[in-house]
Amino acid sequence: MASQPVRTRPLSPHLTAWKWGPHMLVSILHRATGDGMAVVGTIVFVWWLAALAGGEATYAGFVDTFTVSGGGLNILGYIIGIGVSWAFFQHMASGIRHLVLDTGAGFELKTNKAFAILTLVFSILATIAFWAYLLVGK
Amino acid sequence: MGNGTPLGQVRGLGPAHEGTHHWWHQRLTAGGNLLLVLWFVVSIARLPGYDHATLTAWISSFWVAIPLALLVLSVFYHFRLGLQVAIEDYSHGPGRIAWIVLLNAFTLVAGAIALFSIFSIAFSAGAAA
Repeated sequence: MASQPVRTRPLSPHLTAWKWGPHMLVSILHRATGDGMAVVGTIVFVWWLAALAGGEATYAGFVDTFTVSGGGLNILGYIIGIGVSWAFFQHMASGIRHLVLDTGAGFELKTNKAFAILTLVFSILATIAFWAYLLVGK
Repeated sequence: MGNGTPLGQVRGLGPAHEGTHHWWHQRLTAGGNLLLVLWFVVSIARLPGYDHATLTAWISSFWVAIPLALLVLSVFYHFRLGLQVAIEDYSHGPGRIAWIVLLNAFTLVAGAIALFSIFSIAFSAGAAA
């Protein structure tokens, strides 16, 4: 076994074999946003809760990590805040798309493509609306 | 469904000893997440401030502490199922077992800290105020 040379074996066509479409991007984003929120979102969420439970001094340490001295968010705060909120809206929209697809509906090519594009449009608009409300609307 | 014992044929689970519960629980918790996280996002956005006093007073409310604890249960179970699929898709060989054990530990430890923090805030805010 060990003496045999390693032969490159033919692989089944994967990502490079297909013409890209929005359904592929949305499927990949569903996993990426879900896994991203599961790791980054969970760590920040649990840190936030534990810091709150720890008292004012502990919570000040959490706040300082993500804000400038004036009170606004710093770069890290914006990256994580906008990133996690966009990931939530995208994962929610493509999750609803998956629940519809689970019923066997929405597999017609044009419907499927339109629904996939709609989840992307929704997540971008919802993220803009969310942050516009936080920063300007309140 | 094979030709196993009559009971095995009725259960219809096959040699894996389990059926669609992973898929189904992911859908159930997706529904829970949809309601609970939307409530959380809207509530957080509408809070008057994000200082320690405002947030602990908010969490100490009956109507916040309970849905927040339910959110932790639903979301953490959901991401535990989702990350399991990612590990199973990309990790082959013996390392997969280590990743799954690590995932369970991460989920349980993070969930325990989150739930304890929520209840700690909820039960102590009355005394502090």
